[in-house]
Amino acid sequence: MVSGGTGSMRVPVSVFNNGDGVTRLVAALSLRLWRLFYRMPSGAARRLVPRASGVSQAGLIPDAGIIEPVVKRLKPVDVVIVGGGWSGLVMAKELVTRTALSVAVLERGPARKLAEYAAGMDEVDYNIRLRMMQDISEETVTHRHSTAAAAVPVRQYGSFNPGTGVGGAGEHWGGVSYRFDEHQFTMASHLRERYPAKALPENLAVQDWGVTYHDLEPFYWKAEQMMGVGGKAGNLNGKIVEGGNIFEAPRSHEYPNPPHKTNYLMAEFTRGASELGYHPYPVPAATLTENYTNPDGVSRPACAYCGFCSRYGCMIGAKAQPSNTLMPILAPKKNFQLRPLCWVRRIVHRNGRAEGVVYSGPNGEEILQPARIVVLASWTLNNTRLLMLSGIGERYDPATGKGTLGKNLTHQVCVGLQVFFDKPLNSFMGAGGLGMAIGDFEGEEKLEGGVLRGGGIRSQSSGDGPISAFGRIPPGEVQSGWGSEWKKAALRWYDRMGSMMFEGDHFAYRQNYMDLDPVYKDKFGDPLVRMTLDWTDHERSQEQFFVKMPPQQNLWVAGGSGRQPRL
Amino acid sequence: MKRREFLTIPARSLGGSLLYTLAGDPVILQGQDGTVRVPLRFFTEAEALIVAAASERILPRDEAGPGASDAGVVLYIDRQLAGPYGRDRRRYIKPPFMASFPEHGYQGKESPREIYRAGLAQLAGFASLSNAEQDAKLRAIEKSLFFQLLRTHTVEGFLCDPMHGGNAGLIGWQLVGYPGPLMSHRDEIDKNLGQPWRRQPKSLSDILGRPVKGWEEVDL
Ligand SMILES: Cc1cc2nc3c(=O)[nH]c(=O)nc-3n(C[C@H](O)[C@H](O)[C@H](O)COP(=O)(O)OP(=O)(O)OC[C@H]3O[C@@H](n4cnc5c(N)ncnc54)[C@H](O)[C@@H]3O)c2cc1C
Ligand code: SF4
Repeated sequence: MVSGGTGSMRVPVSVFNNGDGVTRLVAALSLRLWRLFYRMPSGAARRLVPRASGVSQAGLIPDAGIIEPVVKRLKPVDVVIVGGGWSGLVMAKELVTRTALSVAVLERGPARKLAEYAAGMDEVDYNIRLRMMQDISEETVTHRHSTAAAAVPVRQYGSFNPGTGVGGAGEHWGGVSYRFDEHQFTMASHLRERYPAKALPENLAVQDWGVTYHDLEPFYWKAEQMMGVGGKAGNLNGKIVEGGNIFEAPRSHEYPNPPHKTNYLMAEFTRGASELGYHPYPVPAATLTENYTNPDGVSRPACAYCGFCSRYGCMIGAKAQPSNTLMPILAPKKNFQLRPLCWVRRIVHRNGRAEGVVYSGPNGEEILQPARIVVLASWTLNNTRLLMLSGIGERYDPATGKGTLGKNLTHQVCVGLQVFFDKPLNSFMGAGGLGMAIGDFEGEEKLEGGVLRGGGIRSQSSGDGPISAFGRIPPGEVQSGWGSEWKKAALRWYDRMGSMMFEGDHFAYRQNYMDLDPVYKDKFGDPLVRMTLDWTDHERSQEQFFVKMPPQQNLWVAGGSGRQPRL
Repeated sequence: MKRREFLTIPARSLGGSLLYTLAGDPVILQGQDGTVRVPLRFFTEAEALIVAAASERILPRDEAGPGASDAGVVLYIDRQLAGPYGRDRRRYIKPPFMASFPEHGYQGKESPREIYRAGLAQLAGFASLSNAEQDAKLRAIEKSLFFQLLRTHTVEGFLCDPMHGGNAGLIGWQLVGYPGPLMSHRDEIDKNLGQPWRRQPKSLSDILGRPVKGWEEVDL
């Protein structure tokens, strides 16, 4: 069995803003996140036998319901892929274009059309009610801070917005397209080389990936060409290039497209950062900066800076999305099938081999799809859960450290800072990938206060709707959050706030992991995935490091146009 | 079947143009006079009157320009509550409901509809109070979840696309200077740095040249 795509394109990236327009201290407030064994003797599929391993940390999971009987048994395919996001459809494209294998992608959400996206340029439905995201009433995740606490479900979205439907989260992502740096692949060895054992946090569970940056570089390049990423290289085959991120790992090529245009906020960020001696560079963006045809022959138009980007689908196809970048190649292929509204519930396996999947079809019927290869591309949490529900793998036990399934859950350490300007920003214009950043704090040289790994500092102009932008007022200006005085201040400060975000590495720790929740269930009655995760002193010191940077390090204030930062 | 409830509102709540005098004072030009009876989807008339009065205290019409009533905020809230949002169509509502940390978000059992019904019951007679009395009443409940929702929804109804029933006549967008969901800013994004780029706003339907329906209309 192949288990692909347990992560994302680039794991810890995104501009998670809570829709209420408040990006302050996201790290501090946010963990708001965010067996059955089929027997398949020849003949009809038989009923299922209850799963073997139903014991979790917190006790017995009541039997998750046996799927029976399988109503329909389909003809076998060579490969079945669970999940139709970037991971699943990239895998499908490679298989379908380079082999004769028959491939079926099963996607729990609907298919989408480009035309829907123009009608979706609506802040209420898409940015506030999150109409494109997974229907959380059917299935969600639970979270607790430690094994001593009870987990509660994420009942409505905060900063954690999983996708659904063809294209997955890749339809409504922002298009910010970074690579990992070299050390991120070999973090365990790197930390051990750099710091004495006693300086490392307790329970650190970081491991090296087993592949290096240099192994992956050609594939990063391939993905960037496929998406048409725009940017400026700061390290071309070891040669440092001013104007790009000079702290990045070496690239074999310049970006396929030039950087985005520069707006007021970016110009100010650049001025402030340069005056302080930092090295500002344009954020790499998959929101096309020019009209572009990729090596597969797929053409897409340049971004129009409409500002309905992250949390929305692009109405012209400028933002690289699986639907506009991969589907044009896949759709005509005879050996490819895409089945929307098909919810995979179990992986069928025997003697250590996957033999297919059982899914709930568009009308709720149970369907068995036999396959020689099963690819899991349903995103980290779903992949883990599906393996657990199918009784595959050894579940991680934080008490003993044994087992790998569910181990080393990590999140993002994001800290936001708001800066107010005297002049308007026209912040309704923008694009998910539009912004400037500095990499000066990415390494270890400039760190203090027990911070072992730093991170990037970024300012994005992804496009603000009027609802989210209204009411951003510097602290202390008004007492009340409503009434005439407040309204006047909100109008005075409307379109005057920019934000800056620090995004640092989140280490894996022994105590942060996933298992199945003993209490809460999905719409089928299967247990939800439970995340046990809390911040440690290291993340708190990362946060403090960024927040307490001396005032002159506040980039816009240094540039002279911003007002006091707001935390 | 439930008796159909109507709200009688001034016609100006259904549109108007915002102009500025030479002195910079906002003036609202109304096409229509008199009143209109609008059918309600969720509120009773008495409830709608309270919501209209309370949202007007949150975002009042004042010297700085139009307020919640001018934009028809109450109609926006009525439709949202009648739609999928109001009945928690997309919230995970399986028990047990347990109190938890603020970072876990709202963990309660009650849907937005239920929160409004209970909150409004506490405000009986609100619509006929003086402004000062209304403010005092709201001040007393400003920490409640009901008030938080009302405040959030008031801003939403003031600045939403008119397809949702609020921002009548694009009055909210005119006030803040938002041009609407224009399809392209490619020619403006890197120009006029630090200068406001303002246009007479357009709704999504105007821009696309065809009607667009909000989620509350299609997923009832
Ligand atoms: C609002 C937002 C903005 C973001 N912005 C950025 C950004 O700017 N830059 C960046 O690098 N990353 C960003 N991300 C993250 C990035 O989009 C995701 O990490 C990436 O798209 C994940 O791709 P995937 O294919 O691995 O998973 P997904 O896109 O989640 O695809 C998994 C698919 O599997 C389906 N599925 C799940 N379970 C089942 C099942 N049991 N049966 C059948 N189908 C199933 C899901 O419906 C989904 O379509 C953002 C994310 C969000 C939510
Ligand atoms: S900002 Fe650009 S890429 Fe994003 S949705 Fe608009 S046109 Fe598409």
